[in-house]
Amino acid sequence: MKLLEGTNLTMVFGGLSALNSVDITINQGEVLSVIGPNGAGKTTLFNLLTGVYTPTAGVIRFRKKEIKNLKPYEITKMGIARTFQNIRLFGEMTVLDNVIIGQHCRTKTGVFGAILKTPAVRKEEALVKEKAMDVLKFVGLDDVYNEKAKNLPYGKQRRLELARALATDPELILLDEPAAGMNPQETNELIELIEKLNDMGKTVLLIEHDMKLVMGISKRIMVLDYGRKIADGPPEEIRNNEKVIKAYLGEATLKEGKAC
Amino acid sequence: MQILTVIMINSILAVSLNLVTGYTGQLSLGHATFMSLGAYAATLLTLKLDFPFVASLILGAIVAAFFGFIIGVPTLRLKGDYLAIATLGFGEITKNILLNLEFTGGPMGLRGIPKVTNIYIATIVLLLVIFSLNRIMSSRVGKSFIAIREDELAAEAMGINTTKFKILAFTIGAFYAGIAGGLYAFLFRYINPKDFGFMKSIEILCMVVLGGMGNTYGAILGALFITLLPELLRIVSPAIAQYRMVLYGLLLVIMMIVQPEGIISGSLLDKIKPKKKMEKGGQ
Repeated sequence: MKLLEGTNLTMVFGGLSALNSVDITINQGEVLSVIGPNGAGKTTLFNLLTGVYTPTAGVIRFRKKEIKNLKPYEITKMGIARTFQNIRLFGEMTVLDNVIIGQHCRTKTGVFGAILKTPAVRKEEALVKEKAMDVLKFVGLDDVYNEKAKNLPYGKQRRLELARALATDPELILLDEPAAGMNPQETNELIELIEKLNDMGKTVLLIEHDMKLVMGISKRIMVLDYGRKIADGPPEEIRNNEKVIKAYLGEATLKEGKAC
Repeated sequence: MQILTVIMINSILAVSLNLVTGYTGQLSLGHATFMSLGAYAATLLTLKLDFPFVASLILGAIVAAFFGFIIGVPTLRLKGDYLAIATLGFGEITKNILLNLEFTGGPMGLRGIPKVTNIYIATIVLLLVIFSLNRIMSSRVGKSFIAIREDELAAEAMGINTTKFKILAFTIGAFYAGIAGGLYAFLFRYINPKDFGFMKSIEILCMVVLGGMGNTYGAILGALFITLLPELLRIVSPAIAQYRMVLYGLLLVIMMIVQPEGIISGSLLDKIKPKKKMEKGGQ
């Protein structure tokens, strides 16, 4: 079943088109990776899907509903969560509070409720905290719940971003280079984590340069180059796709045929 | 005794601006404006319509909050410097309107206000403000404010309607400032648009920056210091007291160099209790 469908997506900044009529389909329950050289338009695609930018042209449907003109917070509420390429945690807040913020759109305490602290508010706060601890346990950060987010080591910050996104209760989760800057050990842990997420029924869209990760867990790979989609298919097919090799390594390499 | 009451009122102002600037990260240069709106509304309700003190105070604060909301809707779409300039402009416009309207007494201001505010009332109000603010800050709403300060884009990606919550913070801040304005009017028995000018806004900002951005008790400490400083100077030498504005400036420059996060800051608190942190980090 199609969970998200983007058709003819085009994004033009000034005179530069970062994306050029790209079609993307994400099926329920799959792990789809988007790869491509730097500047190919991967993060732009993410920003379109999450409402940071409104596409110049094209249509985005999530569960058959048009989401092109929705604000990022509305899209999050519909069930799409994301992480950022350059970590964007709430540094001065504790690890636990970061995850609690993730549940913002699923809770509803207002100013007056907060001041009066009614039983309903207390109950909601207890539930939110409990769920936040569950999520932290899931990513293995429950022992540092009271630390400030900015004091965590890099790998744990990446995992906290994932936890925070997960706390919004998403159906589709978008990971923007989750393994960037990680050592092999941390990358392996991340692969396990993404597989666990997928087993739970979450659909994952991934931007990644780490080929071990991409080839290991993707059911399908989509390749962008200069804002255009040049390939879309299962990992084995992408590995041998001439256009893809050309985009990554250049034409000469392909002709010589022995550089790699 | 009066100076203590003034400290309480200034504390309310500092705490409320701290909500907007310290917690939510929106620089406002027009906080005294909301104080003036609260002061004028409360005074007019009592003088012209014979409202009792408490009702005037609350209604005055609601008027201030209403204007906070009205001004917040267009300006909080702006970021950083633009917001500061918009609030500055709004302050000047309000001052000029108050100076020119007949029923606000124009440049003569309003006089003959009954003296009701005393140290007890001011203290009780301050405690209520701190209590409600602490409740807000520990809730979902307050956490959203801090998230917006920390990273607006990420906050939006987490499902927070950032514009709505910024307006909310601004409105609550204006409400508290309006209460402080009412207390002020019923303490000094005379108000004039010039009492609430740009310099007053800057003075409140000084309290917040000095005490520590994003810390309620820091803001109170800042209010205490900034209120007492000119009085102390006056005791030492009236000649130096004339130069208090120069001293504020100097103080801020020194603060920025020595302790840019204010007297009470997160990093300072970390330094005081490092042991607890070590235990948790060591697990």
